[in-house]
Amino acid sequence: MKIDFTHHQSAHCENGVVANLMRYNGFKISEPMVFGIGSGLMFCYIPFLKINHGPAITYRSMPGTIFNRFAKRVGVKIKREKFKNKQVAQQRLDENLNKNNPVGLQVGVYNLTYFPDEYRFHFNAHNLVVYGKEGDKYLISDPVMETVTELTEKELEKVRFAKGPLAPKGHIYYPINFPKQIQLEKAIVKGIKHTCNDMLAPVPIVGVKGIKTVAGLIRKWPKKKGVKVTNHYLGQIVRMQEEIGTGGGGFRYIYAAFLQESGKLLKNETLLELSKDMTLIGDLWRDFAVDASRIYKNRSAKEDAYNAIANQLDIIADKEKVLFKALKKAI
Amino acid sequence: MQKNDVPQDNSSLKSKNFKELCYAVNEDGEYVTAKSSGWDPKTIALNNAIEDINERVAAAKIKVLANEVSPLVYYMELHKMDLGILASYVSMWKWRVKRHFKPNVFQKLSLKTLQKYADTFDVSIDQLKNINHEN
Repeated sequence: MKIDFTHHQSAHCENGVVANLMRYNGFKISEPMVFGIGSGLMFCYIPFLKINHGPAITYRSMPGTIFNRFAKRVGVKIKREKFKNKQVAQQRLDENLNKNNPVGLQVGVYNLTYFPDEYRFHFNAHNLVVYGKEGDKYLISDPVMETVTELTEKELEKVRFAKGPLAPKGHIYYPINFPKQIQLEKAIVKGIKHTCNDMLAPVPIVGVKGIKTVAGLIRKWPKKKGVKVTNHYLGQIVRMQEEIGTGGGGFRYIYAAFLQESGKLLKNETLLELSKDMTLIGDLWRDFAVDASRIYKNRSAKEDAYNAIANQLDIIADKEKVLFKALKKAI
Repeated sequence: MQKNDVPQDNSSLKSKNFKELCYAVNEDGEYVTAKSSGWDPKTIALNNAIEDINERVAAAKIKVLANEVSPLVYYMELHKMDLGILASYVSMWKWRVKRHFKPNVFQKLSLKTLQKYADTFDVSIDQLKNINHEN
């Protein structure tokens, strides 16, 4: 069977799944709106944890939290299920499809056959929607893809039961209860406040302070770890920033789009101004990525180059600090 | 980012013929979505990561052939895994998997355990024991 589900490409998987599921249920909500209300913007450096033998840095909140916060703030109820048994997991998925209910799934990227090989790493918090089944093929709407795709039963089982950090365990989720009318205004204010608090948190690894910490690390690495490892780490930072589906400047632009949309909705001029500032900060992140990539491209970089990009991060941190303080006052 | 500045560089996305979506500002300062075929700094970062993995695989291969470590190490690197991920795939403690990295311990593994590893790496037990089978 095939559910009448419209696929829309998005910049980031989780927002995309939420926006697409909401749209299917008759609520037209944009991807940036989901991202902003769900307080998706974040910066966190996770010490001790290594991903692909490099530092773990995230530019967004924990997987799953965007949808949870969004749902809570607009009054939608979501049902989530995880499974131990693979057969039960598949049965439950089929039941939902039979009931004409498209389902969001958390999956691992490594075995996603339709991704370019280069993008297939052991990253387990990708999201997609299953909207039907024809024969033994599941119909997949992966929000970062331009069009819909398919996976066989076996392929889907493999990605649903990928192992390692954040293992999905067959995780499925779908909204079950909607309010009569969605009140975005209050939800927006809550979402913005939450993001401001996150970004301005007095914790050395989170938000603005986290960016400064990473800047400090970049200064130290060449001496402590050697140039080769440092370059690998820098590459890792850029890849996390520009992870597939966030294209250039990544989440900062999505957030700027959210501020613009909210500014119009709330008739708040300050938000429109701050959206412009956010765009400029996004550009700075891009400049950082360009300069960092220059360093690891020609491997004989001088020590100065590392200090230079660390300074860039410091400037970004300062600007974000000003911005989020102003944003907190603006609402 | 202005809409005209959305990067259209070559990237591995081309191999699967798709473009990714990003947000940019148009001439009137309004946010719109635009498609990007890839961006060089990102491609370079990705290529670096892949090069790094290839180096790790090559180094592991040499060690396996010199009988310093068991073939598991080679397959682990080949599948972009680390100890934690591999242990999680075969549902064993990390220290146990690490022990299996020793060639003489690996030799004595039961068929059942070998099969677990073989399934994880999607190879036969023969291939698992002898990495040259692969080519």
